Amino acid sequence: MVKWTLITIALLFAGTFLVLPLANVFYQALSKGFGSYFRALVEPDTLASIRLTLLVAGISVPLNCFFGVVAAWAVAKFDFKGKALLLTLIDLPFSVSPVVAGLMFVVLFGLQGYLGEWLDAHDMKIIFNVPGIVLATLFITFPFVARELIPLMQAQGSDQEQAALTLGANGLQTFWYVTLPSVKWGLLYGVILCNARAMGEFGAVAVVSGRVSGLSETMPLRVEKLYNEYNAAAAFGVASLLALLALLTLGVKTWLEHRQSLEMERSQEVEEPSTVSHPL
Amino acid sequence: MAFKRSSPLPGFGLTFGYTVTYLALLVLIPMGALSLRVATHMTWAEFWKLATADIAVATYRLTFGASLAAALLNAVFGTLLAWVLARYEFTGRRVLDALVDFPFALPTAVAGLTLADLFSGNGWLGRFLMPLGIKVAYTWLGIVVALTFVGLPFVVRTLQPVLENLDRETEEAAATLGAGRLRTFFSVIVPTLTPALLTGFALSFARAIGEYGSVIFISSNKVFEGQITPLLIVHRLEEYDYTGAMALAVVMLVFSFTLLIGINALERWASRFQD
Repeated sequence: MVKWTLITIALLFAGTFLVLPLANVFYQALSKGFGSYFRALVEPDTLASIRLTLLVAGISVPLNCFFGVVAAWAVAKFDFKGKALLLTLIDLPFSVSPVVAGLMFVVLFGLQGYLGEWLDAHDMKIIFNVPGIVLATLFITFPFVARELIPLMQAQGSDQEQAALTLGANGLQTFWYVTLPSVKWGLLYGVILCNARAMGEFGAVAVVSGRVSGLSETMPLRVEKLYNEYNAAAAFGVASLLALLALLTLGVKTWLEHRQSLEMERSQEVEEPSTVSHPL
Repeated sequence: MAFKRSSPLPGFGLTFGYTVTYLALLVLIPMGALSLRVATHMTWAEFWKLATADIAVATYRLTFGASLAAALLNAVFGTLLAWVLARYEFTGRRVLDALVDFPFALPTAVAGLTLADLFSGNGWLGRFLMPLGIKVAYTWLGIVVALTFVGLPFVVRTLQPVLENLDRETEEAAATLGAGRLRTFFSVIVPTLTPALLTGFALSFARAIGEYGSVIFISSNKVFEGQITPLLIVHRLEEYDYTGAMALAVVMLVFSFTLLIGINALERWASRFQD
């Protein structure tokens, strides 16, 4: 009785708050038919926003992926003073409002900012331009890969790496052949989360982009612009692409978790005899 | 005492140096620039006047009130979802489990857009709620709805592993000793869950305070009525009032840091319960 009541409430809540909003995106996007849906998507400014979003994610995701791996190696494999502080710094973007994050870059690079005049004199533009959007996106998304890898690499310890080094492997070989394979699913998961956030970031990008259609407008900004122009169907059209991205992200995540649990079972089967033969 | 404990693994200097440099460029210098700008461009009295202006206080009240309401809603429904996912087997459990992360994956602008539409006069939910006199879109309630959506995964994902690891034997022992179902729940399960629940609540609260994208779609955005603090910052910037924007940003940063310290303490407390 209690069980089914709780399950029903949970499903009703999830249905209203999670499924309905999702279904509504596609319903509204297609409300005027497929023809007008595709016409809305190939509109030049919309195409430009898709290209810009792909470009920004294409730059910021690899950079943050590299940072995540490097930071995880330093934090998970070594003990040093101030580790807690470093971890807090890595978590910072989670608790800073995106708008404030964007403003920080405006203060630094904007025309009123510290480097504004120098940049202007050298004919470089960061704020209201693509580099500003990339910087804001980098700030918002850098914790994702690191946060995913650090607990994984900590849990695995460094026995296997030490064994590899004893056998004559160098540092990079050890990382490439020992560490990386054991965290690959976690790494992939961090990357897709980072990517989802990079493509979907709104607040920070809105502050630094200047929102010029066709030039500095990412897909989420395009959604708002179309909505404010009372073009709801087109806004939902662009939104439907972002919703597809979210669904894809969830799909990959579920698949990765499945793979991980399969491998865990398999490795436990292999390890069982060895734990018996080494009771200590 | 050495800075770093010795280790046979190579690469500490390089990776540590890279990590700190990257963080400095991306976080410390921009944050320092903002703080320095505020410190050098206004006196304490000016800052205080900007930070406590009526219009600013109205946005704090709305941001905090709505975030608190959303975090409380999430604490209730998030606990329920985590419980159902951790304890029961039923058709659709896996789908539900995957769906919980949906608000993490969906861009906030899309969330705001679709929620505003759902609760508008001819939306799927609004058309039933409006005749009852319940207005959600473009009201305070709408902001709470958006913030609840955005913060939901935090409570579920913090509680779920704790519930899965909860020792069934302790509950069974309580039951054997004659405790009823409710008594077992309140004297065995609730105390174990409290630290994790508080952590989830604080995470979802912190997320809601800074949220911008989803709220501006569903709020009326009217001054003194539907304006959240991040939106006021954006308006100040659009008016080229950089000092005004920076003063508010510093207030928000102080809130964020306080919450971050609180969450860290909670997490340390919660992990003591896990072992």
